[in-house]
Amino acid sequence: MRRVVVTGLGMVSPLGGDVETTWKNIIASKSGAARIERFDPTEYKCRIACEVKPADHEYGYDPALDVDHKIQRQVDPFIVYGISAASQALRDAGLDDMSEEERLRAGCSIGSGIGGLPGIESESLVLANKGPSRVSPHFVHGRLINLISGQVSIKYGLMGPNHAVVTACSTGAHSIGDAARMIAMDDADVMLAGGAESAICPIGIAGFAQARALSTAFNDTPEKASRPYDVNRDGFVMGEGAGVVVLEEYEHAKKRGAKIYAEVIGYGLSGDAYHVTAPHPEGSGGYRSMEMALRKSGLSLSDIDYVNAHGTSTPLGDELELGAVKRLFGDNLSTMSMSSTKSAIGHLLGGAGAVESIFCILAMRDQIVPPTLNLDEPSESCAGVDLVPHVAKERKVRAVLNNSFGFGGTNASLIMKAI
Amino acid sequence: MSETADRVKKIVVEHLGVEAEKVTEDASFIDDLGADSLDIVELVMAFEEEFGVEIPDDAAEKIATVKDAIDYIDSKQ
Repeated sequence: MRRVVVTGLGMVSPLGGDVETTWKNIIASKSGAARIERFDPTEYKCRIACEVKPADHEYGYDPALDVDHKIQRQVDPFIVYGISAASQALRDAGLDDMSEEERLRAGCSIGSGIGGLPGIESESLVLANKGPSRVSPHFVHGRLINLISGQVSIKYGLMGPNHAVVTACSTGAHSIGDAARMIAMDDADVMLAGGAESAICPIGIAGFAQARALSTAFNDTPEKASRPYDVNRDGFVMGEGAGVVVLEEYEHAKKRGAKIYAEVIGYGLSGDAYHVTAPHPEGSGGYRSMEMALRKSGLSLSDIDYVNAHGTSTPLGDELELGAVKRLFGDNLSTMSMSSTKSAIGHLLGGAGAVESIFCILAMRDQIVPPTLNLDEPSESCAGVDLVPHVAKERKVRAVLNNSFGFGGTNASLIMKAI
Repeated sequence: MSETADRVKKIVVEHLGVEAEKVTEDASFIDDLGADSLDIVELVMAFEEEFGVEIPDDAAEKIATVKDAIDYIDSKQ
């Protein structure tokens, strides 16, 4: 099987418009949460989110750096974030100017969990208030989930596989895993892979709040709301943004002298077959996806130094993931660290698995693991697990495991190692 | 430039993200200003909103340049 390595990284997050700014803020224990600015949330049960900050903010995002004005106007923000992250990743890899021959073997696998919800909401209001002849001609292709991959392929002339995963909060991890397989199976030499989301709009916040998924007890202290594993956690904080990596066949990367961040060595997938929103009560789906990734990787549990948990800060989900990790790691629990970066940037839904995979890669690069913020009072079951409370921790990081679990009972786990 | 021309030009700049100097009366939306057919549909909708006129599809299809748009709008006001 052909080996697959990561040679480029790109990101838009609530803590920065690029990878390095975000990572610096993550390691400095900053929180991207605040009262929602994009609309007036006064009447909502949940009034907080981790929004991507405007360009003039200390760690804001400037879409104009990589996305044409016209496209910004026509498409939903999740597509704009995705184009930015993909552009950054291609530049980082030194592949933003490939020959036609190379571009025939380069593709995209950038998905989203929900897609263009803000635009569906606003154009529905146009339809209701002004009639069908006022609906934008760009409505459909400005909202479709596969239009990040579509737009990026057009911008850079990438003629290889054009794919888009939709598996709720597992999208980012599945996108990377599927794309890695496309390279391993010789469908492509280079793949842009990741996920994006921007669903912080009235119907998005209302819908997730009605599903009892969002935190509602910390509206006056937003930065305290995302608190995975803490006894006072009460739901997730919605985030937004995008993460994209450049995956490349190992020999292809080596031949051109590319900087290699990591090798993707294990990918596991499973279904809970249990409930649309609640995880399986024994965490068996998550357990099986981790176990499959481990088996594929050929590593031992003692090789894995860091787990970036799904850890969304929901009462049930955190507990079940923790239980599954404890059962899997057994005697090796004491030597690894596990944290949830959702405590800092919220839950990026379809983007989560991608940005978190990038944090895993940076943990290996810098030999430091990011913290779990707000873990003031760990629940009883946390005993014996290093959840990296409050502050980042310097330690040896040779191989990493990233978990993502989504509505519908869809699970993905990725294992990467430094080379 | 007439008042209609100023307002048309402003809409074109905002929708297509082109520099104002490029939006001359002779400029073709597709050949000179980088628009595609759907961009023109959107521009026509914006003109209808701005000027309170209705531009039927058969008339919209004949609007190729900035001047075509200005002339059509002026003829209906």
